[in-house]
Amino acid sequence: MLELKDLNVYYGAIHALKGLNIKINVGEIVSLIGANGAGKTTTLRTISGLEKPKSGYILLEGMKINSVPAPNLVKLGLSHVPEGRRIFPKMSVMENLELGAYTRNDKNNINSDYKKVFELFPILQERKQQMAGTLSGGEQQMLAIGRGLMSRPKLLLLDEPSMGLAPIVVNEIFAVIKNINETGTTVLLVEQNANMALKLSDRAYIIRNGELELEGKSEELLNDEKVRKAYLEG
Amino acid sequence: MKALSKKNIIKITALVLMLVIVNLLIHNGTIDSYIELNLVLIGINIILAVSLNLIVGFTGLFSLGHAAFMSIGAYTSAVLTRNFASPFLVAILVSGIVASLAGILIGIPTLRLKGDYLAIATLGFGEIVRVLALNYDYIGGAIGFNDIPQHTNWTYLFMMVVLTVVLIDNFIKSSHGRACISIRENEIASEAMGINTTFYKVLAFAIGAFFAGIAGSLYANYFYFIKPDSFGFMKSIDILVMVVFGGLGSIPGAIIGALSLTVISTLLQSIPDLRMVIYAVILFLIMIYRPQGLMGDTEFRLLKKKEVKHNVSSKGE
Repeated sequence: MLELKDLNVYYGAIHALKGLNIKINVGEIVSLIGANGAGKTTTLRTISGLEKPKSGYILLEGMKINSVPAPNLVKLGLSHVPEGRRIFPKMSVMENLELGAYTRNDKNNINSDYKKVFELFPILQERKQQMAGTLSGGEQQMLAIGRGLMSRPKLLLLDEPSMGLAPIVVNEIFAVIKNINETGTTVLLVEQNANMALKLSDRAYIIRNGELELEGKSEELLNDEKVRKAYLEG
Repeated sequence: MKALSKKNIIKITALVLMLVIVNLLIHNGTIDSYIELNLVLIGINIILAVSLNLIVGFTGLFSLGHAAFMSIGAYTSAVLTRNFASPFLVAILVSGIVASLAGILIGIPTLRLKGDYLAIATLGFGEIVRVLALNYDYIGGAIGFNDIPQHTNWTYLFMMVVLTVVLIDNFIKSSHGRACISIRENEIASEAMGINTTFYKVLAFAIGAFFAGIAGSLYANYFYFIKPDSFGFMKSIDILVMVVFGGLGSIPGAIIGALSLTVISTLLQSIPDLRMVIYAVILFLIMIYRPQGLMGDTEFRLLKKKEVKHNVSSKGE
């Protein structure tokens, strides 16, 4: 589905990603784990065209998408739910979802997709006339994910969906992510919450200072002594 | 919504009546030339404020160069009507287009800047236009441009004001307008939604500049005489103040802001000593007690509230 090959990204003089290799297969949930500043968000931003890589390849279904501008990537089936939710606060919930479907013209399908989002997050239906800025943090995250789904992505990029949320809300959101994946959307999940992310995902990559530290099946990483020490305990 | 629904017919009738009645009042002298002058100023300011509101209030681009677009429109129109005796309607249109091209030209390099940086860049652009006009003798240089035929009358003015408000209002409510608002709300998210933010920023700039150019054309062809200093930095600030005063992101707000500030500044002309002081105090009070502006971000939907709600809910089910 998606492949990153020897990806190098710089912020000015700072070498943010150093030859990163990541592969995501169709139907998987892959999580990307690492400490603050490891390059997780940079990886996502580079995939969705918001940063330009200096060298290396990004292949989406075998097609090189390095220099495809961000708007066109959405049409190719990539949807990015950015870090910190970033909903449109002064628009209603419904208007936020409408903007999620911005690149689409198929009205009937869009309407059935609203329904799907409301099935995943019933609270959004109750609040659909409400200004998005007045929602709680958890509801805003749900809206951000719902909005991301409105473009009918093949690959959903989630940037720290658990950020700043109560554990019970995180559980709810992760259950929905599982659900989204089971209905056929491939998911790349970036998380600080390594424990939750490893339990949810099929495979995981752990990055550190812009380099790959470890990769493997999530279950195995969850039981790996080194990983436990560095990311799961304490 | 149907173009000829009952409400629209009522609206159109009201507008035509207003056009005809004011024209009659001007003819029989009830509205004297002094009041007419102020009506023209109000109209021009409404066009400027509504068009700037598209850029600053809806798209969130802090621009301090609006008077420069007005200047470009004014000079274009002046040259066309005096030197080439072109029909006024053509001059208005060409003024808009030239200003709009200038908007695109300046927009493409500067719109990658944000907030204060953009404000300073547009400020610089305004000064460039002013200094160029000062040094270009064909359009009069520092002496100014004289003997522009007076074409602007109530009919042209009123039609242009209505056109500006209707077009910008429709634009805002279209999906393109939504895209612009989403840039103001959160640029990163709007990019992630697949919105081509650069395109929409330049588009908002171009449309705003187009109507500022029209306002300039109306201005030049009413006052016979224009000079580069009429369209300096202070004029841009004046327009911005109207927008903020009425409410950023509200078209009725921009109209009311332009209307009330023009009237206030006219009324204060009788006490020239205290004029700017009182003007400043009024702005102070409004900003303290209503920081969101007179109208907040109210839209033209007061009358349609129920209808709107109904539409959306039926869509979602």
